[in-house]
Amino acid sequence: MEQVKNRNSVSRILLVGIAFLLTFSMPIMAQDAPAGDVAKGKELFNSLCAACHKRYKKSTGPALFGVADRHDTEWLYSWIKNSKAMIDAGDADAIAIYEEYKKTPMNAFPQLNNADIDNIIAYVMEPKSTGGPTGATGDFPPQLVDGTVVSNELILGALAFIFLLLIVILVLVNNTLRSIAKANGVELPDDLTNKKPLWKAFVDNQFLVIVSSILLLLVSAYFAYGYLMQVGVDQGYQPVQPIHFSHRIHAGDNKIDCKYCHSSARVSKTSGIPSLNVCMNCHKSISEVADATATPDHTKEFYDGEIAKLYDAVGWDAEDLSYTGETKPVKWVRIHNLPDFAYFNHSQHVSVAGIKCQQCHGPIEEMEVVYQHAPLTMGWCVNCHRETNVKMEGNEYYEKIHKELSKKYGVDKLTAAQMGGLECGKCHY
Amino acid sequence: MKNTVKILALVIIVISAISCQDSKKPNYQYFPNMYASSGYETYGEYKVFNGEQEAMTPVEGTVSRGWMPYDYKDSPEGYALAKDTLKNPLPYTEENLAEGKELYTIYCGICHGAKGKGKGELVKREKILGIPSYDSREVTEGSIYHVMYYGINTMGSYAAQTNEEERWKIVQYVEKLKADLEGREVRLDKEVAIVVEPVEETHEPVVDNHQEDAHH
Repeated sequence: MEQVKNRNSVSRILLVGIAFLLTFSMPIMAQDAPAGDVAKGKELFNSLCAACHKRYKKSTGPALFGVADRHDTEWLYSWIKNSKAMIDAGDADAIAIYEEYKKTPMNAFPQLNNADIDNIIAYVMEPKSTGGPTGATGDFPPQLVDGTVVSNELILGALAFIFLLLIVILVLVNNTLRSIAKANGVELPDDLTNKKPLWKAFVDNQFLVIVSSILLLLVSAYFAYGYLMQVGVDQGYQPVQPIHFSHRIHAGDNKIDCKYCHSSARVSKTSGIPSLNVCMNCHKSISEVADATATPDHTKEFYDGEIAKLYDAVGWDAEDLSYTGETKPVKWVRIHNLPDFAYFNHSQHVSVAGIKCQQCHGPIEEMEVVYQHAPLTMGWCVNCHRETNVKMEGNEYYEKIHKELSKKYGVDKLTAAQMGGLECGKCHY
Repeated sequence: MKNTVKILALVIIVISAISCQDSKKPNYQYFPNMYASSGYETYGEYKVFNGEQEAMTPVEGTVSRGWMPYDYKDSPEGYALAKDTLKNPLPYTEENLAEGKELYTIYCGICHGAKGKGKGELVKREKILGIPSYDSREVTEGSIYHVMYYGINTMGSYAAQTNEEERWKIVQYVEKLKADLEGREVRLDKEVAIVVEPVEETHEPVVDNHQEDAHH
């Protein structure tokens, strides 16, 4: 049985491999126009053309797939090297394209020779891959993500099973011991009916009653205190947002700096919810996510739908690549919210103290949906002020006071608390 | 035996009560009127506003304090004019360069790359393509600023995320990267007496005249 299975999978891999090869060889064979080097073409395309052109979709310029069928090669050579000259010379095709694309002139690329252009054409003439075979050959590693999920469930299941087994074994052992005892004529003290009931024995023992009631009081006080202290604390609060914005993808995978979007955290009290034009800095050209972005929890279609929500709110016509002017507000749900009687300033912490966002907001770059990481209670604030030294590098503003206060306290480095970070009026006024 | 069953039941009830705490809803507060501001809070949601959002664009015809208009038009002509005439009002100091680097790393490096070669993280991951290297383009301090202000082709405007002074610091850093790539010497002004020149005064009126000339 084992052997047959193995052979099966090998032949399947072989089949997939052949299919994979074929999908890549087809476009090259199908091409009768200039046979260029696809790999070199891709490199040139990505570095020079992709700012304005996509292969299968209109962008600032037209989609380039099929361009060799629309124009002859000589025309393309001269257009790419200097399109403006062609428009000025009155070439009808050239003028038509210039007019169609809102008179945005195409950069001239005199540095490209005909062979380079052939390579680019070879690359852009590749038909869109359907994703099937590339997915199977390991472009996209879903096993890894799946693996962790499955193993977690497996471990839990195994644990539950082991516990069940233990219980069964205990019962069985108990039964056998009892039967052995019976067989040997040992009397078991299991007959409790003629004894005092347990609760009566308990009530009669005054010492036990006092101790247990003190214990009960203490325990309930502990829980009551715990309950009251968590009122007004929103640690773990994770509301559903109107657009499913994944910090995991943006800040984690793509390593976009927090301050790229939350730019006012550098200079203002509030960290700033980015206005939608900031999203559009990138999403003007990213209208769908890559296949590899999808996870077992969220499909590619789901993420693409969320980008569509953004387009809808900001009024971006993805077909025409222009703003319609019809905008809708996105009603983000605020997560971190200090009470009105506490003052907090982001720029003081981000720019002056140089504290990382993650120190208060937790592992944001791993959060698919953001939750409140810290309790944001006063005790939590004060703790950090007591433990953190004031950042003095490049900060002449604090130099004099730091010198004098450190002399007074007899330390080298002052904590934020020693600098006055515990004075009531600093945060409550 | 009966007691253990009861205790078990109690534990189950407590656990299920705790697990029912909904993380999608905010917690109770002692005195909500002490927590919530009676004024309109930043990013608050209030019925009186258009779209119920406190965050709004400025009223037409008004500017925020300290904001100065930028007189070059968002057009190929405006670009050409800025390229030729617009100059950086800030002195080219080490300090400005360092701040420019910090800002560049946040806003530009993600696409243009740490060295300005057009190989930032998003390009490496093939999310955004076609970012040119700074040495392959004819750019001047004026055109760099102009492009940051309005954006060009697929690049968006960064006027919302940075202020005028910050943009000029980034310009200095971009010029340094370009000089490094081309193997030229990096421009640094000699330390002048510390006169912090207000940015606003330096260019607007003069430029305005040029602009008028160019259009008539």
